Amino acid sequence: MLTLAIAKGLAALGVAVLLRSGLISIGHAMFFAASAYGVAFLARAGVNDFGGLLVLSVLAAALVGAAVGSFLVRYRAIFFAMLNLAVSMVFFALCAKLYGVTGGTDGMPIPIPGMFGVAMAEPVFKSVLFYLSLSLMVLVGIAVQRYLNSPLGQALSAVHTNEIRLEYLGIPVWAVLLVAYVISAALAGLGGAIAGFAIGRVAPDFAFWTASGHLVLVAVLGGIGGVPGAFLGALFLELLHSVAASVTDAWNLIVGMALIIVIMFMPQGFYGLFSRKEASSL
Amino acid sequence: MDFDADAGVREEPAEAGKLQLGNNSHQLAFFYHVRRKPMSNAIIPLLVDSLASAALIFFAAVGLTLVFSVLRVLNVAHGSLYSIGGYVAASICLFIASRQLNPYLSFAALFFSAVFVAVIFGPLIERSLIRWTYGKSEAVQILVTFGLFLILEDLQRMTFGVQSFYEDAPMRLLGTSSIGGIVYLNYQIALIAMALLVVIGLRLLINHTRLGRLTTAVVTDREMAQSIGIDTNKIFILAFSLGVFLAALGGALATPTSGVAPGLGADTMVLAFAVAAIGGLGQIEGAAVASLIVGLARVLAIYLAPSLDAVAPYLAMLAVLLIRPYGLFGSMTARRI
Repeated sequence: MLTLAIAKGLAALGVAVLLRSGLISIGHAMFFAASAYGVAFLARAGVNDFGGLLVLSVLAAALVGAAVGSFLVRYRAIFFAMLNLAVSMVFFALCAKLYGVTGGTDGMPIPIPGMFGVAMAEPVFKSVLFYLSLSLMVLVGIAVQRYLNSPLGQALSAVHTNEIRLEYLGIPVWAVLLVAYVISAALAGLGGAIAGFAIGRVAPDFAFWTASGHLVLVAVLGGIGGVPGAFLGALFLELLHSVAASVTDAWNLIVGMALIIVIMFMPQGFYGLFSRKEASSL
Repeated sequence: MDFDADAGVREEPAEAGKLQLGNNSHQLAFFYHVRRKPMSNAIIPLLVDSLASAALIFFAAVGLTLVFSVLRVLNVAHGSLYSIGGYVAASICLFIASRQLNPYLSFAALFFSAVFVAVIFGPLIERSLIRWTYGKSEAVQILVTFGLFLILEDLQRMTFGVQSFYEDAPMRLLGTSSIGGIVYLNYQIALIAMALLVVIGLRLLINHTRLGRLTTAVVTDREMAQSIGIDTNKIFILAFSLGVFLAALGGALATPTSGVAPGLGADTMVLAFAVAAIGGLGQIEGAAVASLIVGLARVLAIYLAPSLDAVAPYLAMLAVLLIRPYGLFGSMTARRI
């Protein structure tokens, strides 16, 4: 369960990177799913090494991100959100319909991979996966933090504030956003691959638009001010889920209310509670 | 992410995907009976199918686009209101059937349930949530309405359960006709007529009534409208409720042909999104033309490449938005209704 929280946190971090520039993507579940499908396809093709599967599938998600991003970053605001939605829905529908290739709505199994040539039983693999994703989370978190603090990352907030001024300064907004888009796609892909391993199966539902909505939700719940926000959000959501699931089955109801309350009363998300300095709110 | 959350919206994980795609094909299930004919004399049924399919999408999309143009809020929960309309209508129709009342009452029931949903949910949602998001960024608006979507989906599940509702009395009552030996459902024709009625009605409402002119003033310049004493709050509530009404009406009218099941709201939402985007957000005629395009695309896909019917609307949306980012009728700056 915590592994899934980390996976979602990574993907939400991807969404949060884009949110920095004021771009909201209701389509990031596509990269999440693309990577998970990537793992499934590679596993079917005979690749059976955890590292190889992870790297290749994240690369696949990043490539898809580069392809999609190169024409999507021209758009802003609602049109950006809608185009992401459209692309991801095409992807979703194709995954669900191409029965022969993707197993249709039944999805594809993801077998337990070996690690450095060592085969593992399921419980062992699950715990190894957890610690691996935990350390990946820390490493990736630091890397993303560095990226956000670099000029390239700082430019994202500047796009949000005043894009035209940035162009006057001679900074190609298009390139700045494309880099951010590819990074965010790769992050979503990393999350997707981990989630795929954790669940052992990938289905088109991974890419449905409500899944993308949940990613944005996690990103905003946590607060987009900093890297820990996304993970806080994912952790909170998973905890809320397990608590809510033990009391009632109306768990979407509770999440929806939590989301609305957080947006209304804590515009900087949970991260804002911990960080007194000015975090960039929505 | 939705592995678990979704299982909540759509019970039975194994069925989840099927159920929800099932809806799409189910919705068009009644178009299939004309499919046996060779393509050459399939023009008329093709046309009727496309138009009826377009009409159903149009109700959802025009409400979405109307709300957007007046309130400037993209309501992600719109699809839920559509399916709530469907649930209420199906419940009332089933009640009528169980009490052996005059079956023609079910037509009134379809309309009444849309009014009911609009009166209950319109003012409530606008006053409590939507009003709070005015002037906030799109991200906030999309998220708040997404939260609302989650809440409404669960409320539906708690109220109506997870089984699908199916009541086709209104469709059976109208029977079938045939043109040139090709059978089609009169209900389809009625749907098309209703959609036309809505287009004309909205046009008249906007251009020829005092309320319409006030609304246009609010859309054109909100602050100026306020300063000359127009009660914008009232306009917003009315416009939002009208949007809810249209969505619920669409849902109610769709039930006899396709039934309602969990997941319908999410499906409708993206379709309405696609249509509204193709037409240009905030454009009523745009929504009408876009519904035609999407309806035609879907039906053509069913005739020619059945596996692609769910992809067709989004491909159409992509194609249009990549060439005209603001939609067919949309423009970057001026926003009309």
